[in-house]
Amino acid sequence: MINDMKPEDIIGDYKEVMLDLYGGIKRLCLYSEVETPYPDGKLIVSTTDTNGIITHVNQSFVEMSGYTEAELINAPHSILRHPDIPAAAFKDLWDTVLRGEKWQGFVKNLRKDGGYYWVKATVIPNIRKGQIVGYTSVRRKPSRSKVEECIKLYPTLM
Amino acid sequence: MTFRLTVSPDFTPDHLPGWYIFNTWLQKQLGEGIHLEMYNSFQAQHEAIVKDQIDLIYANPFDAAMLVRERGFLPLVKAHGLSDEAIIAVNAESPAKDVADLAPGTRVAATEDPDVRLMGMIMLEPADLTSSNIDLHLCDTYVLVAKKLLRGEADAGIFLAEAFDDLSGMIKKQLKVLVHSQIGVIQHVLMVGPRLTDRRDELRDLLLAMPSDEKGQDVLNNLGFDALINVEDEEMEFMIDLMDTLNT
Ligand SMILES: Cc1cc2nc3c(=O)[nH]c(=O)nc-3n(C[C@H](O)[C@H](O)[C@H](O)COP(=O)(O)O)c2cc1C
Repeated sequence: MINDMKPEDIIGDYKEVMLDLYGGIKRLCLYSEVETPYPDGKLIVSTTDTNGIITHVNQSFVEMSGYTEAELINAPHSILRHPDIPAAAFKDLWDTVLRGEKWQGFVKNLRKDGGYYWVKATVIPNIRKGQIVGYTSVRRKPSRSKVEECIKLYPTLM
Repeated sequence: MTFRLTVSPDFTPDHLPGWYIFNTWLQKQLGEGIHLEMYNSFQAQHEAIVKDQIDLIYANPFDAAMLVRERGFLPLVKAHGLSDEAIIAVNAESPAKDVADLAPGTRVAATEDPDVRLMGMIMLEPADLTSSNIDLHLCDTYVLVAKKLLRGEADAGIFLAEAFDDLSGMIKKQLKVLVHSQIGVIQHVLMVGPRLTDRRDELRDLLLAMPSDEKGQDVLNNLGFDALINVEDEEMEFMIDLMDTLNT
């Protein structure tokens, strides 16, 4: 399940936007300008089923997202969707992994408290006995220069 | 027939006798002849794997994908409480306070250990450093990596965290850690090859029971392990997928 974001969870000033997610889901997003730096030396890992529903998260994922593990498991991965990332990026992600290939990109993710964090993400299909049984995403710390490029590029793709 | 056991060439030299003791113990337990062959390079080990000469291997996570997906190996056990982690360190006098302070052209000293090098390169990426814009200096041991930093022959070093911790206090005092990985799920795994997979359950039972008798415990101590724990097929597949994401 994915709920609207709640004003009482948000830290600092925020803006509001209604996001149209896949499958006709609408989500009220509250987002601020507070950036959480990527934790040095860590990887943020999650696994989903074939529909993009979260089945596993590591401790760094929990800490960076601001949600509890219980809130994340069984939620669609779009729980982290930030309005500043163009839909085309996620379409490319899904088109790529559905072909059985690896996808890599820079993503700004939305925290439960309305803040954000940038990651370099790699998503791969989990292939078992020749079948795709789910997807794993491993995020690492992005370079500032790559993030700056994306900050310029992404608004042009909206 | 005699089976062949090998150990990833990045083993800690102090534990070399421990692997011979382990092999003697294992032969007795299994009632089979096993020859321990230590290769002095990853390349020599790969050649033996490709020729199907290996039946048991304490494998570097970097090689797990090839072993499982191309050579039919299956996981048995891993050491309890140990994971492979990497450290990026510089000379204590270096002006760099953060990886981001390193620039293209940086002279990076590292060893051949493939998983550590991969983790190290991931930690250099925030500075836009890649294998194509660094000046890589390969060393035979981590002590030599440290020496290159002390002599000013390299600007940054990639270390296995355990090996860094084992450096003498004198050396460590002259180095500065910029970043220490906290990945937790990348680890060497003891794996069994096709000629022995029919004895996998028996092998696993023997290995898991080691801490429960004095002899087994002694063998573990000589390897620097407190116990071995089971690695399920899916856990192995997950580690392979994870390594795959890092390898790009
Ligand atoms: C393994 C995996 C990890 C994903 N990680 C993220 C993520 O960190 N942030 C994000 O916004 N979308 C992520 N997605 C994409 C979402 O599934 C989703 O496509 C995206 O949030 C856009 O939402 P929508 O497809 O409902 O429009 C991931 C997808 C997969 C398969």
